[in-house]
Parts: sequence; structure tokens; C-alpha cells
Amino acid sequence: MNQTKMTIRDLNLWYGDFQALHGMDLEIPENEVTAFIGPSGCGKSTFIKTLNRMNDLVQGCRIEGNVQLDGENIYSHRYDVNNLRKRVGMVFQQPNPFPKSIYDNIAYGPRTHGIRDKQQLDQIVEESLKKAAIWDEVKDHLDRNALSISGGQQQRICIARALAIQPEVLLMDEPTSALDPISTAKIEELVTQLKEDYTIVMVTHNMQQASRVSDKTAFFLNGYIVEHGDTRKIFTNPEHEQTENYISGRFG
Amino acid sequence: MRQAYEEELKQLNISFFRMGRLVNEAIYKSVQAFVNHDKELAKIVIEEDEKINQMEHDLEQSCIELIALQQPVTTDLRKVITVMKACADLERMGDHAVSIAKSTIRVKGNKRVYEIEELISQMAERVKEMVHSVLDAYTVDDVEQAKAVAEADKKVDQMRRDIHAECIEWIKQDSEVVVGSTDYMLVSTYIERIGDYVTNISEWILYLKTGEIVELNTHHHYPEEN
Amino acid sequence: MPTETSTLTTQKTRNTKQLSSKLIRLLVYLSAVVTFGSLLFIILFILVRGVPYITPSLFEWNYTTDNVSLLPSLLTTLIVVGLSLLIATPIGVFTGFYLVEYADRGNKIVKAISMATDTLAAVPSIVYGLFGMLFFVTFLGFQYSVISGVLTAVIMVLPLIIRSTEEALLSVGMPLRQASFALGAGKLRTIFTVVLPVAMPGILSGVILASGRIVGETAALMYTLGTSTNLPTDLFSSGRTLALHMYVLSSEGLHVNEANATAVVLVVFVLVINALSTYLSKRLSKGGK
Repeated sequence: MNQTKMTIRDLNLWYGDFQALHGMDLEIPENEVTAFIGPSGCGKSTFIKTLNRMNDLVQGCRIEGNVQLDGENIYSHRYDVNNLRKRVGMVFQQPNPFPKSIYDNIAYGPRTHGIRDKQQLDQIVEESLKKAAIWDEVKDHLDRNALSISGGQQQRICIARALAIQPEVLLMDEPTSALDPISTAKIEELVTQLKEDYTIVMVTHNMQQASRVSDKTAFFLNGYIVEHGDTRKIFTNPEHEQTENYISGRFG
Repeated sequence: MRQAYEEELKQLNISFFRMGRLVNEAIYKSVQAFVNHDKELAKIVIEEDEKINQMEHDLEQSCIELIALQQPVTTDLRKVITVMKACADLERMGDHAVSIAKSTIRVKGNKRVYEIEELISQMAERVKEMVHSVLDAYTVDDVEQAKAVAEADKKVDQMRRDIHAECIEWIKQDSEVVVGSTDYMLVSTYIERIGDYVTNISEWILYLKTGEIVELNTHHHYPEEN
Repeated sequence: MPTETSTLTTQKTRNTKQLSSKLIRLLVYLSAVVTFGSLLFIILFILVRGVPYITPSLFEWNYTTDNVSLLPSLLTTLIVVGLSLLIATPIGVFTGFYLVEYADRGNKIVKAISMATDTLAAVPSIVYGLFGMLFFVTFLGFQYSVISGVLTAVIMVLPLIIRSTEEALLSVGMPLRQASFALGAGKLRTIFTVVLPVAMPGILSGVILASGRIVGETAALMYTLGTSTNLPTDLFSSGRTLALHMYVLSSEGLHVNEANATAVVLVVFVLVINALSTYLSKRLSKGGK
């Protein structure tokens, strides 16, 4: 059992009058892949965004409760959001590289956090692209616009970009839902490699993906976490009937 | 993803092979104990069967998880199924070794027939080779070898019939050997059964390669069983 | 037989379908030809009528009633456009930024500002002219002068620039901003390094539209800039832009040919501005790092 990296305690979230998350309690263990599964609109995407406070950008969003990163409440007034996001990186559903060169995409984060030295940036760019398993494919044209490469490659560029700021946690919001099966397989492979160095949280619609990639799984339904635990357990013998029904495709 | 899957499959194979070796050892030891009237060794066989059962349980658990989590198809699926079915056969073989060991412990100063014991010893030697050979065939995916092993089982069946006939001869001549001979017949039947399970494993190796479930060396040709 | 009738009907409907699709295609071609043809006709008409009268005397430094030189008005146009954009662009662009990136969308004041800009954009230019005359020329005592003209032009094009800036910024999708925020970038950095480069072509096209509007403007400038034929010497002297110059020439009726020649210069002028700005926006959006 690995150490707990993030702890969520009694988290409630409202969009205006609508309560989207109810009393969430969860531990996210270090160097493991935690998958969130559940039908559309169950709150899993909303929940993952609370972990790096991307919900701050949504108007009328109100949060109560406690999210701790290494024991520190990230919603405390003293907590610096930008620093939080440096430690908790994110990859989105749609590949969203900046319309800049591949190099500048990767270097954006480090530059944001004050790294200006060209040599150092070169090194970070290379390392990040290697970690994201795309270095070999793009090393000869780093100056090409990141939008000119394929969707699967773009997503790995986005992963590399997130890795370039050396986060501790990597949030992935349905990272393969817009990709073809081969690109998907590549990203899944990548995730299993990345967990050596990072704590990964992943939202997925694809049950097989959760079963193949994750160590822990949390099942969401209507803004509640119905069940969470070892992926092995959840996929072979879940405790709740709702979990069983969802995983075996009997509803949703 | 392949990589993680291949890794787990490799682990599965290693465990399966380890279990096979353990079972083979148990069979050999149980027959040794029987022939040598070595009750201590027989007890060890019975104790060690616990380990075999645990291994079977773990292997089955791993297979179930692999199927649930990785959803293998085609050859990948057949590999998992083969391990799952074959390890059940191995476990049954281990149980027969235990039965032989139990007969050893039961024996109390019966009159021995060294000729028959020699035959049983030979038969056990043969089955041991079959087990070894079938595990080999499994690791290298050798269909021909698997078929050869199944073929060899015919000889084992023959040996059992010979032993039974021999026993009956002895019983007719000497009433003192009745109890001992019954045990000889029982043990030879156990060994013959083990041979049948080896044939089963051969069938699973064929399935792994061809995807077809076949029956090798069925007993239907023989008019009279027992 | 029923089958035969049904084939007949399908044949019939197919025929009508083919006919209507042909008709629609014809209409599409026709409207394209009309649009393109009329544009071509106008340009050809202007060129044919104007080119023969483009003489060196039209470009003499000083205007006299004989040479009716257009050079002073050409330069005045450049000055007025340049000064107006210098003032209007920063104000307009920053207002746009405020409205999109900072202001609370639901806020009543913001809604009012948005509505005001929309309304202002639709006001006819003569109204701006009258306002400029009453306010800058008379009330502030600037007289007919470059400053009156420029300030009026600024008010006139401001809504245009604000609107196009707003639209350009809104067209930069949330995903890009999220990507930047998720990397720990602040709002300012996100706006200037991610949003602005992408929005640049849109903003620039708004500015170009604004310059085009000023170049072509007569009504609003007539009562503020005046119609002096000389090159203005300072901010408080009067002048005339090319369009005004042309308007005056043709309305006087004495130099119609020269007016046509001026039209040619004006068209070329506008084309050059357009080409330049297209080139610029391409460069900018490519090099946005």
C-alpha cells in the first residue's frame, strides 16, 4: 500500500443552486493510477477538476469541504493556485496544444515558472517529450506547429507539456476519448509507465481502460461516490449492486 | 498496455510451471514412499499438497483477474484458459498423490510382493516422465510432443491392466497377500488416473495452439474398464 | 401492374428533383456572376474613366485651382487615419479585453456597455459629423481642424474595434485557456501569450475595417476636419481627406475627370492597405510565440 498523496474529505460542490457533488470522501495513493468511472453527468469530471481547482474558472461554482495535497488544504486562502497547478498537472479530453511550435508548447510551462535559460529549456523539452513517448516522432521538427500533427500525437504533446513543469500529480480527464484505438493503446501504455514517477488520476468512460490501467477505481453515480477500492476487487467482485450493474453494462 | 499484459502472462506461466514441478515431485515421492513403506515421506507428501492447493487457488484467481481486467481475446484468451484448466488438472494429480500417500500410511505389516512393487515403481517412473514431458511441451508450445505424451498414456493404461492381472494371480495363490494386493491395485489405478490428467493437459496444449477442444486417447476403445 | 406504376412515379419524382437541383445550381451561379461582375464593372469603370487623367500635375506639392493636386489630401488621409487608429486601437482593444476577460458577463453595466457599442456601430456617420461639429468644433472651440476630425473618427470607429476584439477573444476557445491555467499560468500571462496571438488576426481585421471606414468617410469629416485644400500644418489646422477631396471635386462639377483620377488613387490606396494588413496578420499569427 502506497502513501496517500491526496485526501478528499466531505467535499460538496454546487453550480448555482444545483449540487453536483455530495460528501465526497476519497484517498488518492501515491504512484498509483486511480480511475474514476461512472455514467455521463455523474460528477467525475467535475470532481477531478476540484483537485487542481480548475473549477475556480467556472462561474457560480461553490465548494465546501477539504482537499488535501500532502496534508495541506488546497482550498485554504493562503494556498497559491498557480503553485498548486504546478504540482498538480492536467491533461484534457480534447488535445489542446497551443497554436505554437512543439518546442514552445513544452517550454510554455517552464517559462511560466521562470526558467529562461535556453540550455535548461532544451533539456526539459527533450526529457518531457521522451517521458511522453513521442520524442522519436517529433525530435526532427520541434519547430513545427503542434496543430499540424495527428490527434494522438497532439495528446502526447499535451502530456509532455504537463510533465514539463514536473508535477507530482497528473490529472487526466478522459484523455483518450477523442483518439483512435492505436493512439489510445499508446497512451494507456504510457500511463502505466508514468505511474512510476507520478500519481495519476484518470477519468474514463471506457470501462476496459479503467480495468487495464488503474490500480484503484472509484465509481461515481449522481454526484456520489458509490464505491471505491482496488480495481481488481471492483472489477471482479464489487460490493454494491449499482457498481456491478454499471460495470457489467446493465445500465448507463 | 500489451507490455503489462505480457508481463502478467509471463508470471502466470512461471507459477504454472512451478506448480507442475511440485506436483511431479509429489507423485514421485508418494510412489517412493509406498514402495519403500516410508510413512514419514508419505506424511510430507500429504502436508505439501496444501501448498499445491494454494497455488491452484492463486493461479485461478490470477486468471480470473486477468480476464476481468484485461479482457483478452484470441490467443491471449486461450493462454489464460489453458492455464486455468490445466492447473485444475495438476491439482487433481496432486490429490491422487495424496491418496497414494494415504495408502502407504494405512499399510500395516502386510505381506509384500516385490515383483508387483517393482512394476508399480516402473509405472510411476513412466508417469513421472509424462508429467515432465507435458510441462515441457507446454512451455515450448509443442503440439507434437503433447500428442506423443497422450499416446504414451496408452502404455500406462496397459501397465495398470498388467498389474491388476498380476495381483489377481498372486491372490489366487496366496491369501496372505489379499490386503496388500488390493492396495497395489488401488495405487496402480491412482497412477493410471494421473496419466489421464496428463492427457488432459496435452489436450489443452492442443487447444492453445489450434483453438479446438479435442479428446486424445479416450478409453472408449476398451471394452472393459476397471 | 402496381410495380410498373411505382417505378413510373419514382421516375417522375426523380425528374422533378433533378430539375429543381439544376435550377438551384443555376441561381447560385447567377448570383455569383452578378456579384463578381458588378465589382469588376465598378473597378473597370473607375479605371477607364480615371486612369487617362492621372497626370504628374495631380501630384504636385501645392494645390491650386488649376492642378487640383490630390497630394495634400492623400497625406492628410494618412495623418487622419494614423492618428485616429493610434488613439482608437488601444482604447478599443483594451475595452474589448475588459469586456471578455475581466468583466462579469452577467453584470448589468457590462450589458449596458455591450448594447451601447452595438448601437453606436449602427449610427449613421452624419450623426457623428454633427456631434463632432457641435462638440469639438464649436463647444471645445477646436474649429475645423485635424484634431476635431480625428476625435470624431475615433468615436466613430471605436465600437467597430471593440466588437471585433470581443469576437476575436471569444473565438479563442476555453480549452486553450484551460491548458494555460492548468500549467499554473496567471491570467495576464494566459491572455498575452496564449489568447492574444490567436485573437490577433481577428483584432487586426477590426482595425483594418476601422481604417477603411475612415478612409472612405466623408459626412463625419466634412463638418469636423473641414475641406481646406492645404496640407495641415498642425493639429488645429483644417484639411481634407481623399474621399472628401473627391466629393468636393465632383460636387463642384468643374473637375470631374480629376475626380475620377482621384477615385483610382483611392481604390489603389485601399487595396494597398488591405494587402498590407493581410500580410501583417499572417505574420503575426504565425509568429505568435
